[in-house]
Amino acid sequence: MTRIAPPPRGLPAWQEIPLGGIVAGPGNSHEYLTGSWRTRRPIHDPGKCTSCMICWLFCPDSAILVEEERVVGIDTGHCKGCGICARECPIEGAMVMAEGGSY
Amino acid sequence: MAVNLKKLAGQGSPLAPGHRLCSGCAAPTVAKQALLAAGKPAVVVQPTGCLEISSVVFPYSAWRTPYYHNAFENAAAVASGIEAALKARRRRGDLPADLDVAIITIGGDGGTYDIGFQALSGALERGHRILHICYDNGAYMNTGIQRSGATPFGAWTTTSHVGQALKGKPERRKDLTAIVAGHNPAYVAQASPHNFRDFMRKVKKAVDADGPSFINVIAPCWRGWRFPEEETIEVARLAVDTCYWPLLEVQDGKWTLNYVPRKKKPLADWLRKQGRFSHFFEPGNEWMLEHLQAEVDRQWEELLTRAGVER
Amino acid sequence: MPRIVGLTGDGAAAEAMRQIDPDVVAAYPITPQTEIVERFAEFVAEGLVNTEFVAVESEHSALSACCGAAAAGARAITCTSSQGLALMHEILYIAAGNRLPMVLTNVNRTLSAPLNIHCDHSDSMGSRDSGWIQLYCENVQEVYDTVIQAVRIAEHPEVNLPVMLNLDGFVISHSMQPVELMDDAAVKEFVGPFRPVVDLLDFQNPIALGALVAPEFQFEHKYAQWRAMDSARGVIGEVGREFGEGTGRHYGLLDPYRLDDAAVVVVVMGSAAGTSRAVVDELRSSGVRAGLLRVRAFRPFPADEITAALEGREAVAVLDRAGTQGGEGGPLFTEVRAALYTRGVSLPVLGYIYGLGGRDVPPASLRRVFEHVRRAAATGKVDRAVNYLDLRGWK
Repeated sequence: MTRIAPPPRGLPAWQEIPLGGIVAGPGNSHEYLTGSWRTRRPIHDPGKCTSCMICWLFCPDSAILVEEERVVGIDTGHCKGCGICARECPIEGAMVMAEGGSY
Repeated sequence: MAVNLKKLAGQGSPLAPGHRLCSGCAAPTVAKQALLAAGKPAVVVQPTGCLEISSVVFPYSAWRTPYYHNAFENAAAVASGIEAALKARRRRGDLPADLDVAIITIGGDGGTYDIGFQALSGALERGHRILHICYDNGAYMNTGIQRSGATPFGAWTTTSHVGQALKGKPERRKDLTAIVAGHNPAYVAQASPHNFRDFMRKVKKAVDADGPSFINVIAPCWRGWRFPEEETIEVARLAVDTCYWPLLEVQDGKWTLNYVPRKKKPLADWLRKQGRFSHFFEPGNEWMLEHLQAEVDRQWEELLTRAGVER
Repeated sequence: MPRIVGLTGDGAAAEAMRQIDPDVVAAYPITPQTEIVERFAEFVAEGLVNTEFVAVESEHSALSACCGAAAAGARAITCTSSQGLALMHEILYIAAGNRLPMVLTNVNRTLSAPLNIHCDHSDSMGSRDSGWIQLYCENVQEVYDTVIQAVRIAEHPEVNLPVMLNLDGFVISHSMQPVELMDDAAVKEFVGPFRPVVDLLDFQNPIALGALVAPEFQFEHKYAQWRAMDSARGVIGEVGREFGEGTGRHYGLLDPYRLDDAAVVVVVMGSAAGTSRAVVDELRSSGVRAGLLRVRAFRPFPADEITAALEGREAVAVLDRAGTQGGEGGPLFTEVRAALYTRGVSLPVLGYIYGLGGRDVPPASLRRVFEHVRRAAATGKVDRAVNYLDLRGWK
C-alpha cells in the first residue's frame, strides 16, 4: 500500500483549515514581509521632519513608523520603496530616497 | 469634519502592512483614508480586484475590520445582504438596536462601472444604507491593464493597443458618477486621494447619510498609466487641476463643485506624464489631444452650469 | 394542533418560510417559482414575518445577498428555478466553499434552449457538484416538511453547508394537495435559533472571509468541504427521524416502497415516484414482485445505502429527468451503476431518460419500463443501457 506523504512542514492539514477558510487574525498580514521588494530606500531626517504625517497618510504600505504623534522612522520590513513619502513631503530634505545602503 | 492627521496616525492605520499590492499603488491609500474617516465600526466588502487579491491572501489579512470578498460582479448585492442581516438582527434583539455600522464596498472600475454595475444599480435603487467607493484606475489592472468602461478616450491598454489601424481606446469613458447620481441616492461624490481632507469629509458624510451613497475616487496606477511610481499622488492632483477629474458632490439633486481651479491647467500637462497617452504627442495625432481636451472642456462647462458656478 | 389545508408546492414552501421566519429572504421571481416570492412578499406586507425581504434585481444578486446575510450571522433563504439557478451557478460554489448555511428552494424546470418553462431536472443536475446538499421532493407535503428540515441540516455544526431542495415545476409547484401543517410554535422550536459560526458583525472578533488561496492550501480547503458533505449523510437521517418523532412523517436519504421482496425495481427522484407507486401496486396485484426506490438525497450521494437497497434484485431501471450530453446515460443512472460496480454488486441496470421539458410520464410508460426490466431480469442481460422513454422516432 502506498503511504500518502504527510503535508510539508508548516502547512496545515485539512483538519487545520479554519471553517470556510476564514482569516481570524485581522491585520495579520503584518507578519508577511515585503521589504525585499525595495530597490530604493527612504531616509528620514528627524531633525528636519515636522511630523505633519503627510507621508504616513500617503504611504501605501503603512510603513511610516509613528510613536506619540511623531514620525520615528521607516518600517523597513514592509517599505516597498515607492518614494511617495519623499515626493509628497513638504519639507526639503526631511525624507529623501537613496539607492543601496544598509537596508 | 476637521482632519487631525497626528491624532489619526496615533490610532494606527486601519490597513496593515504586508499586503501585496505594487509599490506606489493608490488603492490602499484610498481604502486607508476611507476607513480613517468612517469613525464607526465598518464592514468592508470587496469585489474581485487588485486590492482584494493583494490584501487578503490566506492565511493573512491586511484589514483590521471585518471583511468579505465573494465574487467579482456582486459586491453591492453581498453588501445588501449584510445590511439586511444587520437590520434583522437588530430587530430581533440579537444586536443592539442602536448599533451603527458603516457597510463599505470598495471596488475598482471593473467591479463598479462594468461587471459590477448591475448589482450596484440594484442596491442603489433598493435604498440599502451602504457606501460604495470606486477606486478608479481606469482599466482592468488586476488582470494586467485591459480597457474598461472607465478608460479614457485614446488611452493605450493591452486590449486597446496603439497600432497602424487603431490609436488606443476609440471610445469615450462613461460618466459613472452622473449615472449613479441618476439613481438619486442619498449621497454621491467624486474625490481624489491627494485632497484627503475633501475625500475624508465626503466619506464621513456618506456613511452618515440615510441611504445609499457612492464616491468615485481617482486612483492612478503607475504600472498601467506608465509614470514613475513616486508620482501616484501627483498624477491624481494633476487630474483634478486639469479638470479631468472634478471634485464634486451631489445631494438632493443639487450638484456642488468642491474645487474650481483659478486657472485650469491644460490637459496635456496630465497626459504628458503618462506613457499610455504618449502617442497623443506624435506627429499626425494632434487631433487626439484636441479631441480629448474638447471633451473635458465640454464636461467641465456642463458641470459649472449644473453647479451654478459664476463664470 | 396540526391542521390540514390545501396548498400548492409553491404555497407550501412559502408557508414553511413564514413559519421559519428567517432573518433574510432575497429572491427574484421566475416561472414556476414565482408564487413562492409573491406569497412571501404578502407575508412581509401583512407583517406576519420579521424577515428582511430583499427584492433583488437578479438571481445572481439573490444568492449574493444571501451569502452576505449568512456571513453576517443571519438565517437566509432564497428560491429560484432553471435559468435563475444557472445565473446563480457561480455563487453556488462560493456559498458552499465559504461554508455558509442557507436554504434554496429550487422549482425544477428545464434549462434553455429550447426555451420551455416546464419540468425536468437539468437545472439542478447542472449544479450537482457545486457543494450544495440536494434533496428531491415527491409531493407538496414533502416540500413543506423538507423546507423546515433543510434549515436544521444546513446549520448542523458538522455540516455548515447550503441546502437545495427540489420540487418538480408545475407537477408539484402548481398542484393543490392536502398538506398537514405544524403549529407555528412547533416549527420555531424545531428549527431553533440560528447560531452562526461565521459572523461579520462581530466586531470583537473581526474576520476576513473569501481570501485568495494559493495552490498549497486549495486541496485541503476542498477536502474539508467534502468531509462536511459526508457528514450530511448522517445528519439528513438524524433530522428526518427527529422530524418524524414530532409529526409522524419520517424522512431519510432514500424512500423505498414495497422493496422488501422486490425482484424488479425502478429507481427515481421527484414527482414521478408517485406514478411509480401506483404502477408498482398494479403489478403487485397481478403477481409481479415490483418495487420502487425513491432517492431523496442526491447530494451527498447515498452510494452505500442504494447498493444495500438494490443488492440481490434481479434487474433495475434508473430513471433520470435529465441527460448528460455526451455522457453515458443520466446522472442518477451513472452514479447508481458506479456505486453497484464499486461494491461488487452485479445486476442488470437499465438507464432511462424521461419527462424532459415537462413531458408527462403516464402509468402506461412506467409499465413499459417495468416490462423492460422484467425482460432484463429473465435474460440477465442489458440489451441497451441508455433508453429514452416516450421519445418519438427512437427505436
